[in-house]
Amino acid sequence: MKILVPVKRVVDYNVKIRVRPDGSGVELANVKMSMNPFDEIAIEEALRLKEAGKATEVIAVSIGPVKTDETIRTALAMGADRGIWVKTEEAGIEPLTVAKILRKIVEAEGPGLVILGKQAIDDDANQTGQMLSALLGWPQATFASKVVVGEGKIDVTREIDGGLQTLELALPAVLTTDLRLNEPRYASLPNIMKAKKKPIEEKPAADLGIDLAPRLDVLSTLEPTGRTAGKKVGSVAELVGDLKQAGVI
Amino acid sequence: MATLLFAEHDDASLNPVTARALTAARALGAPVHVLVVGENARPAAEAAARLEGVAEVLLADAPVYAHRLAEPVASLGVALAGEYDALIAPSTAVWKSVLPRIAALIDVMQVSDAIAVIAPDIFERPIYAGNAIQRVRVRDARKVVTIRTAAFAATGEGGAAPIRAITPADAPAGTLFVGEQIAASERPDLTAARIIVSGGRAVGSAENFAKVIEPLADALGAAVGASRAAVDAGYAPNDWQVGQTGKVVAPDLYVAVGISGAIQHLAGMKDSKVIVAINKDEDAPIFSVADFGLVGDLFQLVPELTAEIAKAKA
Ligand SMILES: Cc1cc2nc3c(=O)[nH]c(=O)nc-3n(C[C@H](O)[C@H](O)[C@H](O)COP(=O)(O)OP(=O)(O)OC[C@H]3O[C@@H](n4cnc5c(N)ncnc54)[C@H](O)[C@@H]3O)c2cc1C
Ligand SMILES: Cc1cc2nc3c(=O)[nH]c(=O)nc-3n(C[C@H](O)[C@H](O)[C@H](O)COP(=O)(O)OP(=O)(O)OC[C@H]3O[C@@H](n4cnc5c(N)ncnc54)[C@H](O)[C@@H]3O)c2cc1C
Repeated sequence: MKILVPVKRVVDYNVKIRVRPDGSGVELANVKMSMNPFDEIAIEEALRLKEAGKATEVIAVSIGPVKTDETIRTALAMGADRGIWVKTEEAGIEPLTVAKILRKIVEAEGPGLVILGKQAIDDDANQTGQMLSALLGWPQATFASKVVVGEGKIDVTREIDGGLQTLELALPAVLTTDLRLNEPRYASLPNIMKAKKKPIEEKPAADLGIDLAPRLDVLSTLEPTGRTAGKKVGSVAELVGDLKQAGVI
Repeated sequence: MATLLFAEHDDASLNPVTARALTAARALGAPVHVLVVGENARPAAEAAARLEGVAEVLLADAPVYAHRLAEPVASLGVALAGEYDALIAPSTAVWKSVLPRIAALIDVMQVSDAIAVIAPDIFERPIYAGNAIQRVRVRDARKVVTIRTAAFAATGEGGAAPIRAITPADAPAGTLFVGEQIAASERPDLTAARIIVSGGRAVGSAENFAKVIEPLADALGAAVGASRAAVDAGYAPNDWQVGQTGKVVAPDLYVAVGISGAIQHLAGMKDSKVIVAINKDEDAPIFSVADFGLVGDLFQLVPELTAEIAKAKA
């Protein structure tokens, strides 16, 4: 079974982003970029399934403009076998379009499992996996925290409101990862060197026959209303007094 | 035409986030129908019918909708979508899983986690863990929107909408429900609580959560939350996680204990009305959003605070 893992290049989670003062967007020049953390978890899970003999090949795919291949290279350094780069002119392809592109890749590659992140930490949309699953007509399990692959099926434990839920999906299926699924490995130096020789196939998005035009117009991007630091209190008694005065207890 | 609101409920009762999402749905200006989908869900439908400003409640009650699995529920949503201009749901685990499926199948780009309705086709939503707010206009004729319910006040009761039973749609096979572990708790639900006490990595163990954090929560009548670090370490269950990738809350009072204040955590609680931080590092970033900061050892301060609150309430 092949496993396809879509990986997204995003602003590193440690970066405190800046909104452009004119409201035209978020400043992305000279900002550190990394693989979306949930996608590292997805790659890790795919690699573990391969190491356990449940999968034969792990393919990393990313959709984006120049430098997107760096993110694919990171996946290859972690241990993915090969990459597919769907090249676009610009960043910010919407989830619905990403899902349509991924469907084409799935149709061409025939994986038994697609593992995505539950959300990308830039746009926080939390949509792509569900959309892909719906378009393919495959079963889905979002927010996975445990995965057990069986014969033609997969048991997935999911983080839901109030606790955990376990589903059994017939393969092929689509999963999205939650934080507790695993702890992703770091790429070792020898593996980083090896990754340089692994193949990345380039496909211009324009050749896939999918309309890439956005459906949402971003009218403006603004700074959230800020919060300022209040005061430090000297004692528990003072704190209780202040909370009473604020009317919250 | 009308707006369809997907109700969050557990069949027996309506989750309070539904009344908050209703406020957002009503802001679109069209009549609002509420869909209650489940098994033996009439009590939840009756509760929805009592909400102010609901024109009609649709009840899809069938075994196939037990546990609200994404595939059958999305098929139902697609079957109903043609009669509505807008499909709205609270951003809960269920609807986050279902709504993008419906959106994809009717070829609409979804707006996730709306925090404001500016016009029937214009919404505001947070990006980058709430460090920027995007205002977007939907070009699609039909709107599919999930609502960050912490950003909307609840609509009150006073309605008496008719309840119409609807027949199930064809459901795709492929997904089987195996089991669920839902923790029963006497405490209020995190997303609906007026007060929340959250513990971080510094709490150190599940035993300490029970010994130090939970008594304070109980003295305040509060829900208990946690940072990701505390959940990852196994000190607290996953559904307690507050933050960018956990639950987003905005209670009247949020008490952060032994939590440093990483942006991912702040994203989930910085819209709380009053924030209290207890941390031994006076430079911890959490103090930059706290109205009241108490610097010191949580193992000394929290039991003191618990006793003081109990005294004040006695
Ligand atoms: C520079 C920039 C400009 C932008 N401009 C616009 C704009 O003009 N209009 C607009 O509407 N939005 C814009 N956006 C936001 C953009 O639409 C989102 O990044 C996009 O909607 C994807 O949302 P998401 O990644 O949060 O999806 P999610 O559904 O949260 O992603 C979940 C998972 O899907 C997979 N995935 C998602 N995207 C990709 C990808 N490209 N390649 C491979 N796998 C992927 C990953 O596995 C990921 O973990 C911009 C973003 C950036 C960075
Ligand atoms: C993709 C991604 C998603 C994430 N999503 C979330 C999320 O949704 N929610 C979330 O919370 N985090 C999230 N995080 C993690 C986040 O970046 C931080 O790592 C996490 O919030 C830290 O938790 P903490 O504050 O409990 O621990 P720490 O940062 O270790 O802070 C512990 C604090 O306790 C204080 N302390 C220590 N001992 C004592 C004592 N005896 N008394 C008082 N104070 C003491 C210390 O001074 C310190 O400030 C995410 C990270 C990533 C990469």
